[in-house]
Amino acid sequence: MMLLSRTASSLYWLGRYIERADFIARLVEATVRLDVLSSRPAGEAAWSSALTVTETEEDFLKSGAAMTQNQTVKFLTLDTSHPGSIVRCLSMARDNARAVRTALSRDAWTAINRAWLIFENRSGVGGTAATLNMVEAVKTETRGFEGAVHRMLRNQATWFVRLGQAIERADNTARLLDVKYHILLPEGERVGGVLDRDQWTTILQTVSAVTAYRWLYSDGLRSANVIDLLVTRKEMPRSLGASVEEVVDILGHLAKQTGSHGEADRMARMRAARAGRTRSTEIIASGLHQYLQSFIDENAQLHGAIGRQFRFG
Amino acid sequence: MGKRHAFDEIMGFSGAAPARPSLAALGDWLKETPDGELRRRQEAAENTFRQLGITFAVYGESEASERIIPFDIVPRVFLKSEWDRLSEGLVQRVEAINAFLEDIYGERRILADGVLPADLVLGNSQFRPEIAGIKPPHGVAAHICGIDLVRTGPDEFFVLEDNARTPSGVSYMLENREAMLRLCPELFRELRVAAVDSYPDLLLETMKSVAPHGSGSNPQCVVLTPGHYNSAYYEHSFLADSMGIELVEGADLVVDDDRVWMRTIDGLVKVDVIYRRIDDDYLDPLVFRPDSALGVPGLIAAYAAGNVAILNAPGDGIADDKAIYSYMPEIVKYYTGAEAKLPNVETYRCREPQALKYVLDNLPELVVKLVDGSGGYGMLVGPTASSGEIEKFRAALIAEPERYIAQPTLALSTVPTLSDQGVSPRHVDFRPFVLSGSDGVRVVPGGLTRVALKEGSLVVNSSQGGGTKDSFVLMDDGASQTQSADGQTQAMGGMTQSQGSATGGRA
Repeated sequence: MMLLSRTASSLYWLGRYIERADFIARLVEATVRLDVLSSRPAGEAAWSSALTVTETEEDFLKSGAAMTQNQTVKFLTLDTSHPGSIVRCLSMARDNARAVRTALSRDAWTAINRAWLIFENRSGVGGTAATLNMVEAVKTETRGFEGAVHRMLRNQATWFVRLGQAIERADNTARLLDVKYHILLPEGERVGGVLDRDQWTTILQTVSAVTAYRWLYSDGLRSANVIDLLVTRKEMPRSLGASVEEVVDILGHLAKQTGSHGEADRMARMRAARAGRTRSTEIIASGLHQYLQSFIDENAQLHGAIGRQFRFG
Repeated sequence: MGKRHAFDEIMGFSGAAPARPSLAALGDWLKETPDGELRRRQEAAENTFRQLGITFAVYGESEASERIIPFDIVPRVFLKSEWDRLSEGLVQRVEAINAFLEDIYGERRILADGVLPADLVLGNSQFRPEIAGIKPPHGVAAHICGIDLVRTGPDEFFVLEDNARTPSGVSYMLENREAMLRLCPELFRELRVAAVDSYPDLLLETMKSVAPHGSGSNPQCVVLTPGHYNSAYYEHSFLADSMGIELVEGADLVVDDDRVWMRTIDGLVKVDVIYRRIDDDYLDPLVFRPDSALGVPGLIAAYAAGNVAILNAPGDGIADDKAIYSYMPEIVKYYTGAEAKLPNVETYRCREPQALKYVLDNLPELVVKLVDGSGGYGMLVGPTASSGEIEKFRAALIAEPERYIAQPTLALSTVPTLSDQGVSPRHVDFRPFVLSGSDGVRVVPGGLTRVALKEGSLVVNSSQGGGTKDSFVLMDDGASQTQSADGQTQAMGGMTQSQGSATGGRA
């Protein structure tokens, strides 16, 4: 069994873009809830923070649109001129998938194609209900893709998709935590106050961890617990700890099938060893922001090493 | 087409019910299935095609214009005896095409014997002097041929065009059948239809059979595509996928020491057989177009060294050129020693003064085509053309007669087709696929039926509003309505009951 370098690269990027699309869909959904459904509407601040998570606030302001739910959601989902919108992520994912169709199962491809078709001929996001329906539709298809990838032959193709997903997931979770923790909380608002609680709930909703949180922590919603859950808890699939470990596992599967190790393997193992010794209390004490920033940098370096090791070109 | 009724392949010459006796079962099905139900199934099929991304890009339109080719739910059917005669003709024609290519790029006996004018071949833009003298592995050059046919009566088939370069459309043969099995399972109980799903296996066998000597027992085969922006990309990926081989782009291949290698995550891996879906012009920038970014520098040198097989062989275009086409009856006779079993459509070569005069005198009755045109562009259909169009072609013909051929308008056969007004006859053509390996020539029992969806139209090209149909080849001459003992068909029968009863309830 062998794999073209170009195919491996496309599969990896496909994994990253699908994961990103899914993440933005979750972020939009959680922010809509925060803005509209929570006990005290958060308004502009909620949408501004959603843009910061995706590092697109500047682009949005340049577009001249007002920071309303309708305009922001449109920017994050439908805007074809914005590279970070769901539709662009899905379009990139689909382009990569088209280029490697032979390496994907039919189910995996149709899930991507169906996700992309959700946005065909769609010009507006509509009201809150329509927005929630739209992101739900995206999540349904990305879940379908996830399932299809897990049903694919356990060959190198599958591992590259999952590798891209794991790297992207680590990045997304780190950004989400960073922004929510440091930027979002308006000045003068009491930590642990009503808005603060809503913000933390939003984070948990974005990563589908509301129920998981309740299972693991019995003492109500506390920011230290949320950080513990999303940074170190390996049983939580979207935590940094789990993503770091998953990357090691996937690279291990690839090494077994190709019969060789490289730079990326070493880097990933070192990162995992360090993560295993990390305590969330220490991170909070020494500065969550610095920790997350260096995590994001390191993740980007690992991304580069993967490209070199597998000759992505 | 005037008042005269064209032959309808299901209804016969009357053009209306009852159906031809041997196809009574299909006629009954058409009568009993309400139009609404047919339309529902047709939409379901098209929906599936859209989800699978079986689309083609319409050049010059925006990204959103990835379209599916319309699919028609009513199949076209060949009886076994009709098909057997047709296959014999196809095998003979493709054997002649292979012999012709070997000769033209070798000894050129056919030119020495004066059967063909030498300038027509050697001065032809499709002739590749760069290839002359290179013997393809196992002496096979036209491995995959799509022979375009039209029909005017039960046994009257005419070859309209040979496609010996990279004929496309075979994925529609396979996907249309999948759709029909799913949506009209009851038809497969009534009719014993030959399976087409062995095509990818046969194609892979063909590829392996022409692997260069020394490739080992399991030669490395690949499909070479121009990339996923190409309008036929779906088919390229579909074929590679169904054969379980790599789909590569030019940039994935590299030639070193006259051998072809592909770049993988483990390093370079040797390639033995390439089914290319890239035109000659773009195949190797060192030999053909130097600006091609799609090809593989050095590929032709590796081919000349006998280290790689290329399907179809470079230079095959000379065999399907429209000017050469008019000589096919002579070519078939020259190489096989027998009269062509499949006739050409009568063709006037406008380069010949007498023919040109006839064509100019009879333009309103003729179809005029560019020798090097395709896709239905650059074509005059006399009987439906305005006088302005006719005069435009008259001037073009007088200016450059050698660029044109002309043919009489045939009373093309029709097949019942679902239209806005219900089921009504529409003109069709047919492209069967013929495979040539080192072990002989094979025809898969099926093909691509294209249908002109506009009433009275004779233009079936997808770029001009044509659609496709499934093409059934029966394993008998119909009438006998025996159930197949085949397990798979019975399982389909199980599915039929629920659908069938829903249909029956309304009928």
